Amino acid sequence: MSQTYLDISGVSIEFPTPAGPFKALDNVNLKIQKGEFISLIGHSGCGKSTVLNIVAGLYDATQGGVILQGKQVTKPGPDRAVVFQNHSLFPWLTCYDNVRLAVDQVFKKKSKKERHEWTVHNLELVHMGHAMNKRPDEISGGMKQRIGIARALAMEPKVLLMDEPFGALDALTRAHMQDSLMEIQAELNNTVIMITHDVDEAVLLSDKIVMMTNGPAATIGEILTVELERPRDRLVLADDSTYNHYRAEVLRFLHEKHAKKDTKPASKIKTDVKKNNDTNNNNNKAA
Amino acid sequence: MINSSIRFLELTGMNWLIPLVNLMAGRNPKAQITELFKVIGVPIAAFAIFLLLWSVAAKSIVTSLGNLPGPTQTWAQFESLVEEHRASREKEAAFYQRQKYRNEKRIAKGKEPKKIRAYTGAPTFFDQIFTSLYTVFFGFFIATAIAIPIGIICGLNTTIYTGLNPLIQIFRPVSPLAWLPIVTMVVSAVYTTDDPLVPKSFITSALTVTLCSLWPTLINTTVGVSSIDRDFINVCRVLQLNWINKIFKVVLPASLPMIFTGLRLSLGVGWMVLIAAEMLAQNPGLGKFVWDEFQNGSSNSLGRILVAVFVIGCIGFLLDRIMLTLQKSVSHDKTQDIR
Repeated sequence: MSQTYLDISGVSIEFPTPAGPFKALDNVNLKIQKGEFISLIGHSGCGKSTVLNIVAGLYDATQGGVILQGKQVTKPGPDRAVVFQNHSLFPWLTCYDNVRLAVDQVFKKKSKKERHEWTVHNLELVHMGHAMNKRPDEISGGMKQRIGIARALAMEPKVLLMDEPFGALDALTRAHMQDSLMEIQAELNNTVIMITHDVDEAVLLSDKIVMMTNGPAATIGEILTVELERPRDRLVLADDSTYNHYRAEVLRFLHEKHAKKDTKPASKIKTDVKKNNDTNNNNNKAA
Repeated sequence: MINSSIRFLELTGMNWLIPLVNLMAGRNPKAQITELFKVIGVPIAAFAIFLLLWSVAAKSIVTSLGNLPGPTQTWAQFESLVEEHRASREKEAAFYQRQKYRNEKRIAKGKEPKKIRAYTGAPTFFDQIFTSLYTVFFGFFIATAIAIPIGIICGLNTTIYTGLNPLIQIFRPVSPLAWLPIVTMVVSAVYTTDDPLVPKSFITSALTVTLCSLWPTLINTTVGVSSIDRDFINVCRVLQLNWINKIFKVVLPASLPMIFTGLRLSLGVGWMVLIAAEMLAQNPGLGKFVWDEFQNGSSNSLGRILVAVFVIGCIGFLLDRIMLTLQKSVSHDKTQDIR
């Protein structure tokens, strides 16, 4: 057994509220190997983002902690780059400058030429070389998210953290982005933790799917290891029985064992990409 | 070319000229003429009605200085002010010419030339406009230099904001007329040199402008900084930007639209305050012009004051347009309709 790369051990977190402390996470334990692609899935409000933010160092765990390569995480840093759901690119900078800001910050010792080349390299990796000098408000939602990924990759993170990176995209753009991400992953073999609401996305992309119980005091319910051959092709897998078995497993966990008990209609789980019943069509310029 | 000039007009808030540009480009002339009538014709008509009402009202109001001047009398006073300005400039030129001529004669006789003395004639109306502009910008820049840094600090740190907020709220509504005596006394006490670079009245007026115009910028900067997208701050934390980089690369650019909203309001307040400050501080600007004419009490005085009223209004409008253009050019959301 290889040594654990990232160790989330006994993590609990409480947020102070006027009505007393609110326990969002309770005793979350997860061991991740180098190069693994992990998806966190669960109903909204179950604390998936909180787990990610603790690994990022943006939140401090009340109990337990995160150990990355033998060192405890105490504050945010570029070795745990985050891709935010709403891209969070600076609108006053061009796409190039957005990535370059991160490159300048992380590789202070490298020469200007090297930093420039590394910036361009990362933009080309996400197929955005042509939009370098555009500003974020001049490109589509999918393109913005590509720049956001380029910025994170350019930091050469030990762990890449993605908070619902494709959640705001329409179904077609999302499928396209997933393929791109798999391509990049095949090349770089990063360690990734991704939050998702999308069962297909989780099964298609992940080595392991971490399913979370409902909050408060949410924790890990089950971990599903996805043993599908890479490279994976969504069209081939659509008829694959193993793939469909994994999908059913996740669906069963979400809808039978841990169905949302409240009456709010907003269960954001999308079970079928093919149905295309996505209301988020405002970004369907080609990514 | 056409499109870029239309973009320029949109940016500077001169949207009313757009149909004219389209008309010259020959784009759908009929629709352009209708549009032109709407955006230019209607304001002209409204202005004509205003002039009419003004002249009717003026005739029926009799003051101790005669009838309230109507549009024609006011215009006549404007012309006479222009004439006075020209005459004064000629006198000044002649004054220097005489000195030069005298010195040339002295040199011809082999004597030392005398030092050229400066012209000391009274400032004309147009000199006073420039004094006022100079004063308001001086005060406004001091206000900006104080308000933006404090605003950023208040926006980033809630404790400091909570501490300063009551002070801001108390001082913000104070009238310039209340500040002025205090500023005058403090300036008199502190600014004591035998050979002053600028007159005391200038410092007093400018500082009064500062005290009254820093609040909108301060408050808008605070709001702008404190409402920066959480994710932007998180990006700063992930990148481990130091505080200088954080402020100059993220906080300032992100809150620049709000800062400029504040600056635009501040300059408007400053211009309004300046006239009052100049009246009382006797700074040789438009405020002093109005006050002197009022004290003068000739039959022309009211007409001249009305000229000053229009000039003050037009300059205020112009300053606002300049700030609006700046505000639009720094806005991240180009589709936003800023008026």
